[in-house]
Amino acid sequence: MKPGIETTRTEATRIKIRIETTAMDALMVRLFDTIDEANMAWVIAADQALRDAFGAALTDLVPSYTTLLVHYDCEQLDHGAACQLINQALSGLSPANTQAGELHDIPVWYDESVGPELALVAKRAGLSVDELIQQHCNHDYCVFALGFAPGYGFMGLVDEALATPRLKTPRRKVAAGSVGIADRQTAIYPLLSPGGWNILGRTNVPLFEYAKRGEPLFRPGDKVRFRAISREEFEADGGDTTPMEERS
Amino acid sequence: MNPAANNDASKGLVVKQAGPLALIQDAGRFGVGHLGVTQGGAADWISFRWANWLLGNAPNSAALEIVMGGGLSLEAESEVRLALTGADLDAQLDGKPLAPNVSFKLLPGQRLVFRQPRQGLRTYLAFPGGLNAPEVLGSRACTAREQLGGLHEDGKPLKAGDRLTWKGAAPAVRRLAEGQGPQMPVSGCRLPIVLGSQIAAFSGRSLFQAFNQPWTVDNRADRMGVRLTGPALHGSLTGIISEGIPLGAVQIPPDGQPIVLMNDRQTIGGYPRLGALTPIACANLAQCLPGTQVWLTPVSASQAQDDYRKQLMVWR
Repeated sequence: MKPGIETTRTEATRIKIRIETTAMDALMVRLFDTIDEANMAWVIAADQALRDAFGAALTDLVPSYTTLLVHYDCEQLDHGAACQLINQALSGLSPANTQAGELHDIPVWYDESVGPELALVAKRAGLSVDELIQQHCNHDYCVFALGFAPGYGFMGLVDEALATPRLKTPRRKVAAGSVGIADRQTAIYPLLSPGGWNILGRTNVPLFEYAKRGEPLFRPGDKVRFRAISREEFEADGGDTTPMEERS
Repeated sequence: MNPAANNDASKGLVVKQAGPLALIQDAGRFGVGHLGVTQGGAADWISFRWANWLLGNAPNSAALEIVMGGGLSLEAESEVRLALTGADLDAQLDGKPLAPNVSFKLLPGQRLVFRQPRQGLRTYLAFPGGLNAPEVLGSRACTAREQLGGLHEDGKPLKAGDRLTWKGAAPAVRRLAEGQGPQMPVSGCRLPIVLGSQIAAFSGRSLFQAFNQPWTVDNRADRMGVRLTGPALHGSLTGIISEGIPLGAVQIPPDGQPIVLMNDRQTIGGYPRLGALTPIACANLAQCLPGTQVWLTPVSASQAQDDYRKQLMVWR
């Protein structure tokens, strides 16, 4: 069996790039070992370089916090050729300009009826609910990765004081637009789906209108700022005020 | 993009009774993983390819994936030649048994009923030129969790009253030779797995157990993932930073019981993995009923690719 790990190091990058066998036709490109906003410039640059290098031989490319999963067409490339292509594509890589990411303003109706963990998260942080809302809105969160569901952006990092572990028993149904926290991450559920995050409120901003835009609202490297709005504003915007069905 | 455009008003198949799960599928949705959109597609892609081959269709033509059967009943409005491959779901054509891996003619008013699995779990029904269904993000694959694809673009399975139409007219009439066509897995079958780098984090004992005893397919199995039960596997990693998940990834959650991630898996996740089943192994696992015993058999990526290319050659 071929060795699964190859290492490349170049002067220009000063980051260690590891290529790991992950599946018959997928290789994991590992750039970092910890979550950091500074990673994003590298992940975005690697994403572009890999797309350019593989062209039509790329079947899928899934970037995440510290890695990129490269799916290639093994009718066009064998395992060795794919490893070599990654090495070539990423040698001399320099970080992308993250200022290019968009800043999104997301209005959120923070309320117990649609955000059943508001009180729990506030209590753990030793804050009033109003202070918690202020804290959650007081930061431009970085979109680290898209996944879990179409258009679902994993964002962070949430202030350490607000970090709250996932619910012990995930909800079977979390309403579309629900804004939640899990550990030091925050996210919005694009669709009605099961989920275990602590829900604080709800937004009416559509995250993935594939028929209209063909792509999600967020891209990795974008910034997101939450803004508290009243029930009246939320309703006036067409927001759904139906309370969260199940409470944990 | 508009499936209604080439519909002939008198050409259709009507769903008289819905079974537990029948979904429109093609080869899947590719190049959209970075948007958080799953791959989808026929879980037993080998049987799916054979179904289209029997009618001379393009390999990616949309077909029906029928799981379990459970009384799904389809009635023809017009004469049509269909192909059935994969699991034996005790299908009947107007009350007469219909074995899989053939193409057959259905006359107006005749009914096709799928009852219960006798061998395998999923059967594929192909239509001349492929089913008409809206293409969403490059595919007609239907994924319930994402509310994508399907006849009504809501990811929902077939329901009573749905009407299926197809693109082509007179299909080819092909037959399988003796020993050709999909093979349903039997208990004790081997599932080749390409080992991943996180393998090093598992204990020696767990690694021995992973590959030296059979695993049992659990009833917690669907298009997202299939649980295997056996000795609990443990290692030094409990969670990892979420990263992309390939088809067939064998992830080990804290309870130590493997979950094989299938076509409708989430695109990224944070459990450590042994590796990933090959696409051929995934097709076989998709046909395993709960209780089936399977062995995980390590294979190199290169060997797996050779086997995969050999499989594709069959349809050339």
